[in-house]
Amino acid sequence: MELLQQVVQQLINGISLGSIYALIALGYTMIYGIIKLINFAHGDIYMVGAYIGFFAITQGGFSVVPALLISLVTTGLLGMLVERIAYRPLRKAPRISVLITAIGVSFFIEYTSMYFVSPTPRTFPQMFGDVAVSIGGIVINGQQMLILGITAVLMVLLTYIVQKTKTGKAMRAASFDTETAELMGINSDRIISITFGIGSALAAVAGVLVGIYYNSIDPLMGIMPGLKAFVAAVLGGIGILPGAVVGGLILGVVEALVSGFVSSTFRDAAAFAILILVLLVRPAGLFGKNTKEKV
Amino acid sequence: MNLLRKNDLKMLVFSVALFAVLQVLISERILSSFWQLNLVIIGINIILAASLNLINGYTGQFSLGHAGFMAVGAYVGVVLTTNFGVPFPVALVAGGIAAGFLGFLIGLPTLRLRGDYLAIATLGMGEIIRIVIMNIQYVGGAAGFKGIPHHTTFAWVFFLMLFTLFFIKNFVNSAHGRACLAIRENEIAAESMGVNTTRYKVMAFTIGAAFAGIAGGLFAHSFYLITPASFTFMQTFNYLIMVVMGGLGSITGSIAGAFVVTFISAALASWPEFRMIIYAVALILLMFYRPQGLFGYMELTNMGFLRKIFKKGGDANA
Repeated sequence: MELLQQVVQQLINGISLGSIYALIALGYTMIYGIIKLINFAHGDIYMVGAYIGFFAITQGGFSVVPALLISLVTTGLLGMLVERIAYRPLRKAPRISVLITAIGVSFFIEYTSMYFVSPTPRTFPQMFGDVAVSIGGIVINGQQMLILGITAVLMVLLTYIVQKTKTGKAMRAASFDTETAELMGINSDRIISITFGIGSALAAVAGVLVGIYYNSIDPLMGIMPGLKAFVAAVLGGIGILPGAVVGGLILGVVEALVSGFVSSTFRDAAAFAILILVLLVRPAGLFGKNTKEKV
Repeated sequence: MNLLRKNDLKMLVFSVALFAVLQVLISERILSSFWQLNLVIIGINIILAASLNLINGYTGQFSLGHAGFMAVGAYVGVVLTTNFGVPFPVALVAGGIAAGFLGFLIGLPTLRLRGDYLAIATLGMGEIIRIVIMNIQYVGGAAGFKGIPHHTTFAWVFFLMLFTLFFIKNFVNSAHGRACLAIRENEIAAESMGVNTTRYKVMAFTIGAAFAGIAGGLFAHSFYLITPASFTFMQTFNYLIMVVMGGLGSITGSIAGAFVVTFISAALASWPEFRMIIYAVALILLMFYRPQGLFGYMELTNMGFLRKIFKKGGDANA
């Protein structure tokens, strides 16, 4: 009974953490789906989102939801700007060049923010600290409810945008086959820009939520979650939106179980081990279809 | 062939002369201890950059796990010298073999992946190596391994560096090396021409990992303490920057890259943020305007003006 309770508690912790990964992974998967780039800078966009949220709450005196909106909009614009400046000129370049550029952008965002906000971690203001629901000894605290609620809302919203709107249709077309989509009159540059905007906005929300959850943010906080979110995206099948969500949740749960029952130091190793296993056993991911390589 | 050997000989004579000059500067204490340490670090970085270049530049397999192999070589080396009293050169070789063997084991499955998938898988592998080391209490865990004897001298570094460069140069110019180049240019075409792509990819990966292990041993024995934190993937990015800056597929480029990056690091040691911002901007601008790096595929010995100088040395059939 004791053990079962612990397992369920870890599952809840894992799902909360997994929702964060899912939000970041969605951006990865959308961007990869459309321009086949591992956007190494995505984790850093998430960090910037966390800082904007932090300053909106502490300096601007906003409450959570307006702070989230401010962070979402600003960071979304930042994502579009990054795409415009760093990735668009390289549209025809080899993929490795773009990958190296992405590593460069990631360093640039990390260390310019470090210069401006100082490398010392900031303490996020305490929110919903006292709210907690306890069901049979299993505790769900306020932050976790906030994370789950907001993640659910955003996912519904994203599904609506991608499935029902004209822009969403264009996004799907461009990620299926960019050239054909262009022939059908879709402005692929505009669609790519929007994709970066939406992906970055989701990462920003994840950043603010993590700040509220762990109470601490620093300029290098995006590196590990960024890589893990990529693992989540690959696990679910890169380019597939539900895959990213499921991948994120699985990763979060596995991490919580590993750190709860094995050792928290092996947490990061578990994520990478999953990645390598998936790549070797089922490189297309859980939801992906195998495609033959054409010459 | 004759020309190659003569050029090799000239480079060797030149290198030994360079070593003599630097060694005199060091033993006469003209260079401060800060620059002495930097010379050692440049040498180690050249080994790492050149071996990474063999994998990333010549064979075209984008690996980001170099720091992990370096860690294996470093830890195997320090355990052997400190706990078992094994002579330094033997420990270095053992570290290299251990790293190479691990590279072989890791390379066999992961090199089936391509491009960015390979990059992220090797990055993960490197991190797993580091985390495993961190959890082995025998080597000090996260606190690090203390009390390492200071064995690394400039002479060791210089001649091992020279050996690495000659080895990689000869490998690249051999039939194996041409197979690797073919894989870089077009893997499918290479395969259909009868190149056993898996074999050569794993071969390049293993050799690269082994040299990273040797460099790790040299690195570890120039400090009193090593910690797993010295071998994160950020370290790999450092070597990647050297390789990309110098040119993916140029040994001269790797040497130049190691020089430039080590000097920038030393000069901006008190402003770490600026250093990283400069690297970042340099990487982005390079990819925009000169994606092949400073040297591209060129080697110093192939450049026109130098060939003229070498010709004056007597060899007329160049």
